[in-house]
Amino acid sequence: MSISIASSPHVARVNRVDRVMLQVLAGLAPGVLALTVFFGWGVLINIALAVVFAVLIETAFLLARRRPVLPAIGDLSAVVTAVLFAISVPPALPWWLTLLGMLFAIALVKQLYGGLGYNPFNPAMAAYVFLLVSWPVPMTTWLPPAMLAEHALSFGESLQLIVSGALPTGLDWDAISAATPLDAMRTQLDEHLSIEVIRQSPLWGLVGGRGWEWVGVAFLLGGLYLLWRRTITWHIPLAMLASLGALATLFWAIDPQSHPSPFFHLFSGAAMLGAFFIATDPVTASTTRRGQLIYGAIIGATVFVIRTWGGYPDAVAFAVLLMNIAAPTIDYYTQPRAFGHSRGRT
Amino acid sequence: MPSLPLALARAQDEPLWTFHGGIHVPDEKALSNAEPIEPLPLPARLVIPLQQHIGAPARPLVAVGDRVLKGQLIGAPEGYVSAPVHASSSGRVAAIEEHPVAHPSNLSAPCIIIETDGEDTWAKLPEPLTHYAQLDPAELRERIRWAGIVGMGGASFPASVKLSPGADQRIRTLIINGAECEPYISCDDRLMRERAGRILEGVRIMRHLLGAERAIVGIEDNKPEAIEAMRLALADSDMDPWTRIQAIPTLYPSGGEKQLIRILTGAEVPTRGIPAQIGIVCHNVGTAAAVADAVLDGRPLIARLVTVTGRAIAHPRNLEVPIGTPAEALINHCGGYREPPRKLLCGGPMMGFTLEHIEAPITKALNCLLALTPAETPDPGAARACIRCGRCADVCPANLLPQQLYWYSRSRDFDRVQDYNLFDCIECGCCAQVCPSHIPLVQYYRFAKQTIWAREREKRQSELARQRHAAKQERLERAERERQARLRQKQAAVAKPAANGAAPDAAGGADPRQAAIAAARERAAARKQAQATTTATAEEAPKE
Ligand code: SF4
Ligand code: SF4
Repeated sequence: MSISIASSPHVARVNRVDRVMLQVLAGLAPGVLALTVFFGWGVLINIALAVVFAVLIETAFLLARRRPVLPAIGDLSAVVTAVLFAISVPPALPWWLTLLGMLFAIALVKQLYGGLGYNPFNPAMAAYVFLLVSWPVPMTTWLPPAMLAEHALSFGESLQLIVSGALPTGLDWDAISAATPLDAMRTQLDEHLSIEVIRQSPLWGLVGGRGWEWVGVAFLLGGLYLLWRRTITWHIPLAMLASLGALATLFWAIDPQSHPSPFFHLFSGAAMLGAFFIATDPVTASTTRRGQLIYGAIIGATVFVIRTWGGYPDAVAFAVLLMNIAAPTIDYYTQPRAFGHSRGRT
Repeated sequence: MPSLPLALARAQDEPLWTFHGGIHVPDEKALSNAEPIEPLPLPARLVIPLQQHIGAPARPLVAVGDRVLKGQLIGAPEGYVSAPVHASSSGRVAAIEEHPVAHPSNLSAPCIIIETDGEDTWAKLPEPLTHYAQLDPAELRERIRWAGIVGMGGASFPASVKLSPGADQRIRTLIINGAECEPYISCDDRLMRERAGRILEGVRIMRHLLGAERAIVGIEDNKPEAIEAMRLALADSDMDPWTRIQAIPTLYPSGGEKQLIRILTGAEVPTRGIPAQIGIVCHNVGTAAAVADAVLDGRPLIARLVTVTGRAIAHPRNLEVPIGTPAEALINHCGGYREPPRKLLCGGPMMGFTLEHIEAPITKALNCLLALTPAETPDPGAARACIRCGRCADVCPANLLPQQLYWYSRSRDFDRVQDYNLFDCIECGCCAQVCPSHIPLVQYYRFAKQTIWAREREKRQSELARQRHAAKQERLERAERERQARLRQKQAAVAKPAANGAAPDAAGGADPRQAAIAAARERAAARKQAQATTTATAEEAPKE
């Protein structure tokens, strides 16, 4: 009889990394669906490409580092990174940019630091920012939501566009691309148009961009699912959305003609995706619950500041990367009061 | 965490408090808790370890070949923090030797091995002290010490020491631990159901000894029969005005000493401190019953209740077992294995340790033999990297950051790991149970603690050696100075024979003696320090 010896506890473990990652992927599903509905097949093609690239690159790296391949691939963290990246970039992004992005995310940001758990930066966001800074044009060329598009790209057309960059006959980029609502809002505010005037364009829906706002709602739903499954805790999303919402409300209340409503901020760009799926990446976020409130709140505030006064229309990626650097320090100063210790920090 | 009293809808109860974290684990008590206490037949051989407690091992009082009687003292305590051992039955001492024992290290330890004669003849026992209330507390304490009673919930700290708080420590509350929060174990449950009166007698004695104002018995609410039995027994007694039987929510590890104190009183035992510092002493229900046996019947602690359970055991039971019975005998008595166990544990599944040698004896603190099937204790697989999800911190009853402790234990940054309060970790295993990366966290913390202890011991030893060396140096120098002085005086005396008498010589003669006294003092101080060290280490050892 062989009796196994291992340290206590001896009960079954209740969680598993791959299940956590699966839950994250499940939580992303509504958002991915909404994106596909409004922005076409390109979204799914990007996801598929990114996942394949990520897995291949990670496998190659693990082989080179002589690490077991299956457990690391099986934890699905590379897949999550790939999906997060793919849904952050424009749906018609050339394939080689996705490849570059995955190389950057998986090889440089993740594996060179030692693999999952050791990377100080969120790989998907680091790759996104790297590409945004290096190839700003393709990284900001978005398609319009389906209801505004003159021509909806078929699956074949999308694939062709991504793989070869060839546009469907008779169309040019101007015809098929459109600015994102955040971009549009910004440009027009810079032209000193009032919100009232800006909002008359058919680009706008109930609170944010048409189509876009529903993507936000879908990510919110997915996020609530994660909260319900206890995949994440409420601290980071709530702090981030609350600080973004509070700042937006403040400025909107002061000057509603040059500051869009808080709902616009919450349901535009990557706010919901960021709050529930990106800022909550446990590896790179603050790990203490109190620290997470601070972490989330500063991300929310940074997003608002960059959106309002900074050089980029959206800012979730920048804000998250910035706070990745601060996370260890926040952790150190927000340790919980250990049992039996006096209230003051020890 | 905010200290919110948990207002439970139990009319007669005082408010309960909560501690941070904790987990719900399937309690699996139903496997064994319907089985009444059943005496185990006397085994042919008893293996009685000389150390069954925290502190110094006992010194054997018998020799190979001696005939011993049941209840006879066979090992005397060495020092204050120690406990004697008694023969659990009559027979002949077959050997005094190293034998495998139930210990996390799974090493061997000195044991007295008795071949039983089957007669079970009692030795002459001391008089019952039924009139203990009129006795000098010192006499009562001596009885408890003589009986060799140690913490029976697993802590195994000598009970008499915990019942002798310092003169400056006024004890207000006596807490009796009937929580039994570890899954599977049900021997305390059965003890409360079947011998509630005995437990309360013990409580009465302990409360008398401590001069405590009140006693609270804390029992997890997954043991309604035990709560009921204890309440009935209390109603039958005159202890009602100062004793309370308190049901507490079932949440692992509410039976941890610090957690239970917190739940029942709202107070927190200060870090590295002991409950007596905040006027509280906590004993297990089994310890209370053993105290009653010792005082009211003059019986030493020679048997205890052991739950033999787990799905690999054919017929899980609660057995009353003579101390020293090989574990094997208990398992055989329960019908052996139904299927090969993946693990055989001493204690519960959360904090127990694997028993490698099935011939190891039952000791005073061993409350459960747990044979788990592969389905009950599945292989967690290889550990993955920590993803810093913080689930561990959410469940840590000590409110630590287990992920940080892990990070720094792993990188062997032993200063940082202490910054994150490693020594407040009670090794409850909650963190490891919820960790999605299946990291054996507790193993890392034990490793870190042991390494730090070893280093501190080393440091202290080298410091002592340094002091000794300095003292010796100083002695030699002084002797040399004195020799020179004497020489000079002698020369002076020779030069002026009429001026000086014999006085200097006498003074010089006194000095070596003083040096000897100083040296003796130093040795005594060193010894004391060494003792203090062992005591401190012992108290920090994980409890229950
Ligand atoms: S539960 Fe495990 S993976 Fe999560 S933070 Fe704690 S140690 Fe790391
Ligand atoms: S084993 Fe230690 S660190 Fe882990 S939960 Fe228990 S007290 Fe906290």
